[in-house]
Amino acid sequence: MATMRFRQAIVAALADEMRLDSRIIFFGEDVAEAEGPFKTSEGILKEFGPERVRDTPISEMGFTGAAVGAAMMGLRPVIEIMFIEFLGVALDQIVTEAAKTRYLSQGSLSVPMTIRASVGSGLGFGCQHSQTLEHWFASTPGLKVLMPSNAQSAYSLLRAAIRDPDPVIVLEPRILYAERGDVDYGIIAEIGKAQMRATGDEITIVALGQMVNVAEEAIKNSGVSADLVDLQTIIPWDRETVLNSVKKTSRLIVVEEAPLSGGWGSEIVAYVTSQLFSALKSPPFRITAPDVPIPFNGGLESRYAPTASDVTRQILHALKNQDVPQPWWVVEGIAG
Amino acid sequence: MTTSLERRNSLYGNDLACYERMVEIREFEKITNALFAEGSIRGTTHLAVGQEALTLGISSTLKPNDVVAATYRSHAIGLALGLSPESVLAEIMGKATGCCGGVGGSMHLCDTTVGLLPTSAIIGAGIPVAAGAALAFQVQKTDQIALALFGDGATNIGAFHEGLNLAAIWKLPVIFICDNNVYGEYSRIEKTTPIEDLHIRAESYAMPHMSLDGMDIHAVRSGLTDAINRARTGGGPTLIEAKTYRFSGHSRADQALYRPEGELKEWQKKDPLLVTEKDLIKRNLITRNEIESMKENMVSELTAVAKKVANDPEPELSAMFSNIWTPSKVAI
Repeated sequence: MATMRFRQAIVAALADEMRLDSRIIFFGEDVAEAEGPFKTSEGILKEFGPERVRDTPISEMGFTGAAVGAAMMGLRPVIEIMFIEFLGVALDQIVTEAAKTRYLSQGSLSVPMTIRASVGSGLGFGCQHSQTLEHWFASTPGLKVLMPSNAQSAYSLLRAAIRDPDPVIVLEPRILYAERGDVDYGIIAEIGKAQMRATGDEITIVALGQMVNVAEEAIKNSGVSADLVDLQTIIPWDRETVLNSVKKTSRLIVVEEAPLSGGWGSEIVAYVTSQLFSALKSPPFRITAPDVPIPFNGGLESRYAPTASDVTRQILHALKNQDVPQPWWVVEGIAG
Repeated sequence: MTTSLERRNSLYGNDLACYERMVEIREFEKITNALFAEGSIRGTTHLAVGQEALTLGISSTLKPNDVVAATYRSHAIGLALGLSPESVLAEIMGKATGCCGGVGGSMHLCDTTVGLLPTSAIIGAGIPVAAGAALAFQVQKTDQIALALFGDGATNIGAFHEGLNLAAIWKLPVIFICDNNVYGEYSRIEKTTPIEDLHIRAESYAMPHMSLDGMDIHAVRSGLTDAINRARTGGGPTLIEAKTYRFSGHSRADQALYRPEGELKEWQKKDPLLVTEKDLIKRNLITRNEIESMKENMVSELTAVAKKVANDPEPELSAMFSNIWTPSKVAI
């Protein structure tokens, strides 16, 4: 057990796995000599050398494709995508090549690669460097998609991702890189398993990444007794844990950083509603960002992702009125 | 039953066997075309009639444990590398006996026993993948190499440039072969590309490059051998442009009416089968009569294969739920 920053937990997980498995190689833009733009590979080149740790050209399609090919041939590449948006130019290699290789080869090939990417709003990077984009991958069978919420899950999810035999995307909330937390080196996550961040009996809140921390604060502020489920994995998501929790509380709110339309929370709400319809005390609903690009201005950006105070408002509304609260932009008469 | 590997091994040092495989590919494509026309094949097909010398040049020079990332124009390279006509046709017809169990189709062949990675239906996608396979060989310190086979159209897509650049800076043991068959889908090369000799694009990556006659198996082997030696001895990648011609249309029922009059006829004079026949006869390895009976036998063998495959079993419904994720204790 040690206390460290989120980014240091990522370094520790990568180093611990690289020490155990010589098939792991690591590459990306400025990850070797510069040790990563977010310092998520400090000391990695020094310990493991230039054969296994490489700087790439600014060429996501090229090096993501190279990771796919290397993984097919028995290596376990870990690649870093500096900002998730940069995967836009490499999407073919992930969605159409990596995710289909096992299928087309009838199981004779697999693609045990890990793609790490920083995601999320709140740091003033503007609309092309602040999205989370997990929904780009959430409906591609063949991929696994993870998102840590603190130093411990950054460590234990990354170790699980690297060990996994399939292509895994780990989305790291950039806003958390500097946050400190305790890390137990003995914990390696089980992909597809959620974590209970808090337990209670009035309401179930499901969240992912930084929204877990926002929801935790909201629960504290509202004083309600809530189950807080840190989903950790979007594909495959932990239906059992979520269903068991909602069976107990009979209420569900999903908190997402992504825009309202097409988010992963729709899947959770639809599934839970279809399974537990008659047991629900109020309609499940989602608290999300609005359907807008992420604004640069600090005041505007601070309203983009769900805030603790807005989540608090919506929790209290749901418990008091047994119906669905309006999003803040409707309440404040700004947008429909 | 003969395995893919045995069919592959039979090619080495045996020009007659290579010629016979070229005849197999030619007749196979004709039968495929006929089956498509009569409605027995769903979806699409992309024939490689006229490009047989290139695929055989590759398969009789690379080792079976080297890997090939090829494209949706896959039948010829698949057969050349050793896949059986049964497994290829069955895949094209979506049968359980196909090399991908019938879930792939004409554009997706795969057989890892002879190094054929799943062929991709995305232009250029195999180029970085081949570079990555070569990266694995470099790190694992094996003497294997990877080869990407792609068309002229792929040299205009980003993956080509990114893949070549990465392979050059890391000196990867990979060979890039551009099968310049003059047409990218329905467009003649000069409409889409400002240069005629595509191999010169390797200059930008300080990569050795060459152009060769893709209609002549000896020219292919000779050029490829240099590139292989370079790759196996740490000299890094090579870009080879093989000048060929697509005797058929791009896909399915395309009649290629966009071709200038007489162009096909000119190229047919360089038909790789004719070129090879002439060479073999000159070397007293075969007679004209033997060639004719070889072709007749091939047609009747492949006709029998087509008849058998038509009655092969369809995949079970469970096939559509298989091989998506590696089985694990967590239910998806």
